[in-house]
Amino acid sequence: MNPLQRIGRVVISFLAAVGRLTMFMSSALSHCVRPPFYPRIIVRQMVEIGYYSLPVVGLTGVFAGMVLALQSYTGFARFSAEGAIANVVVLSITRELGPVLAGLMVAGRIGASMAAETGTMRVTEQIDALTTLSTNPMKFLVAPRLIAGITMMPLLVLVADVIGVFGGYIVAVYKLGFNPSIYLQNTWNFVELHDVLSGLVKASVFGFIITLMGCYHGYHSRGGAQGVGAATTNAVVSAAIMILCFDYILTEIFFAK
Amino acid sequence: MTDQPKIRIRDLKKSFGPKVVLDGIDLDVGVGESVVVIGGSGTGKSVLLKCVLGLLEPDSGTIEIDGENVVGISASERERIGNKFGMLFQGGALFDSLPVWENVSFGLLAQKRVDRTEAKELAIQKLAQVGMDAHVAELHPAELSGGMQKRVALARAIASDPEIIFFDEPTTGLDPIMADVINDLIVKTTHELGATGLSITHDMASARKIGNRIAMLYQGRIVWAGDAASVNESGNEFVDQFVHGRADGPIKMAVRA
Repeated sequence: MNPLQRIGRVVISFLAAVGRLTMFMSSALSHCVRPPFYPRIIVRQMVEIGYYSLPVVGLTGVFAGMVLALQSYTGFARFSAEGAIANVVVLSITRELGPVLAGLMVAGRIGASMAAETGTMRVTEQIDALTTLSTNPMKFLVAPRLIAGITMMPLLVLVADVIGVFGGYIVAVYKLGFNPSIYLQNTWNFVELHDVLSGLVKASVFGFIITLMGCYHGYHSRGGAQGVGAATTNAVVSAAIMILCFDYILTEIFFAK
Repeated sequence: MTDQPKIRIRDLKKSFGPKVVLDGIDLDVGVGESVVVIGGSGTGKSVLLKCVLGLLEPDSGTIEIDGENVVGISASERERIGNKFGMLFQGGALFDSLPVWENVSFGLLAQKRVDRTEAKELAIQKLAQVGMDAHVAELHPAELSGGMQKRVALARAIASDPEIIFFDEPTTGLDPIMADVINDLIVKTTHELGATGLSITHDMASARKIGNRIAMLYQGRIVWAGDAASVNESGNEFVDQFVHGRADGPIKMAVRA
């Protein structure tokens, strides 16, 4: 095979993958808005994503806030600009670190488990069995997970925001000796609804990406245990990369003047 | 046997890339008849079954159910036809997230033909038909042995009183005694329902027991079809070799892929 053929093959297989993903996505989205719905499964997935991810997202938030306060102090002290720490912490957390870190953690937790679960269902013919039992697997498996991901991620990120700011407060007040009320006052004065909302929109998009990637790779897995393993890896890696990529695109849309 | 067969397959072809799997299949299954398709591993038995079920789209040819061609029909039409089907998957393909009773009545619940209380009663009744106690209904599939899982899967396949039941290697992975129990149950339940049966297997004991007629699949074609009783005197060298399990003969096993 000459180099030109090689390039051609890579390009074609890339385009085919993009096409497959787009088809899968549009089919899944159309099933999200058309009955029948499966409320029991949607609720179960919401609990799985929203409630059981709380510890991991909370811990990520608190340490992100703490390290942010500590780092900006060591930097800002050189310019005698310590007063800006509250500002830096709350803006970084709500705009960027909250959604991105929560997104990456949830991608690891939820994206992987979704890919493994749907992948196992594929290789054990459970997805075929759904079809033979008058149930559309896209509606039954994929749509509830997408709905749960899109709605639960913003709530998780809201929690991460609050806990992250709290982490910054702990370090600023108990380690760096800031006045608690002035720190809170600064935080409150600097944060705008726009900052928080942009973070929550990002969170919703990330929730969609995570669940879509988990379901897509699981749904198309093949070849037994090894295939399910590969699907799980692909789901997490592709979700993580797409989160970082879309984070930039969304920031460009929200804040570029 | 009436004039119009329940299932009529004509010139069915299916390839995966360059690999031709089904190369012009002709097969009739009469009303209330049980046809068993035998053949070695990788001869396309499963692909044939999946084409009839609508899980795979054939490249060309026709499949008629009650005189109605089902190749290339719309999803809603497919769902209507699918309501006539029951399917016993090779590995059982039970949903491991649901208790046994919800597995059994899954199809009925999906079509909203019963509410949950009725569904449970019905599931217990179907479980009794396959010789299982009511207490099994509350267990999860992972808590059952392979033979019990097969029985639950059979109960699920017959739960919606299908007109046609498909069996994919019903005895694979079972010990000879449990295999015979499953064969007996298949004969009993299909007889009680008056259902038409289409099975695929490589287990000759099973084929003789559950089939009225046997068809032999080799290299994507039906090379022989006849009464189950006459399979020993088929006069066909392919069938002879398969029935007696000889390594030497016209069938060459692909040892290397």
